[in-house]
Amino acid sequence: MRVERPGMDGLSATLLGLGYLFLLAGFYLALKAPPDAQQGYLVRILYLHVASAWTGYLAFIVAGVYALLYLLRGRPAFDRLSAASAELGLWLSFLMVIGGMMWARPTWGVYWVWEPRLTSVAVMIAIYIGYFLVRQAIEDPELRAKAAAAVAILGVINVPITYMSVYWWRSIHQTATIDVINRRVHMPPEMLVPLFVNLAAFTLLYLAFLRMKGRLAAFLAAKEESDG
Amino acid sequence: MKAKYWIGLFVVVGAIGYMIWGGLGQSLVYFITPSEYFEEPVRYQGKRIRLGGIVKEGSIAFDPKALELRFILTDGVAEVPVFHQGTPPALFKERQGVVVEGRFQDQTFYGDNLLVKHSETYRPPEEGYTPEDVRNLIREAK
Repeated sequence: MRVERPGMDGLSATLLGLGYLFLLAGFYLALKAPPDAQQGYLVRILYLHVASAWTGYLAFIVAGVYALLYLLRGRPAFDRLSAASAELGLWLSFLMVIGGMMWARPTWGVYWVWEPRLTSVAVMIAIYIGYFLVRQAIEDPELRAKAAAAVAILGVINVPITYMSVYWWRSIHQTATIDVINRRVHMPPEMLVPLFVNLAAFTLLYLAFLRMKGRLAAFLAAKEESDG
Repeated sequence: MKAKYWIGLFVVVGAIGYMIWGGLGQSLVYFITPSEYFEEPVRYQGKRIRLGGIVKEGSIAFDPKALELRFILTDGVAEVPVFHQGTPPALFKERQGVVVEGRFQDQTFYGDNLLVKHSETYRPPEEGYTPEDVRNLIREAK
């Protein structure tokens, strides 16, 4: 039996369209946003850096939740979505690091420094690279899914450690501007709105890609089964 | 067949182990303050350390020809004179948080790497901002 390649479904298309719309609006608003009194226009890197960091955290958390669901229910779809989310999280983390390096060089004076926040991010990225090596190394689908789920669940620990690293240890990296720990926002509305529009854009695009990747993976799995 | 992935995995696990036990162990106490230095100077004497604090007001002396920067690093309790060869980063100024890498020679701290912390608070310039103001702002920052 031939398995039909899936086209784009309505929900993915809607999420994708909305995501691009918000991205355009976010880009426009970021360019309209005022400069910072200290660092001038450099502050605009924040709209990319923070949005990719938060969406990356979200992607790793979702990967962990799907991994847990897989271990509890054993449905292969949960394994596929967990892998898809982990991959998106990895790309978003790379984007966050690139944006962060662009920002760090003119402000701190260096691209990279082994301080607590950056070190914990490096550990987080290395663990999720390891996640994909585990997936590649194991051929048996069920064993692969179980091993990967274990890494994805343990890997989530990195998200709170990375987030809290600037509070727990002395670092070069500043603490959060939208400080959920102390419930304070160190930012005027004219900067906050562009940030949230960009965050919405990244989240919508993440959800669209997660759904599309999940559907594609389902198709590939069905195809492999029918081809023998 | 799958051996290369296991080698890759071994490398990644090794890197993580190194970062956690080697790198993180050092970077957990990423810098010490001048007061902490004066508590046990013998422990740090001649060793390469990172010293963190605030640039004392009115203490900056920069010679643009020789690229020699001198300033006083303070944590509000203790003060350390710092000598750094090189151009300071754009955000370096009075009352800014900095971390200097280097070592003590007698009473002066000789830094070879100067990092500037910036705050998590962002706000537009006070007086409103025209593109002209901002250009001046950026020029001044240099």
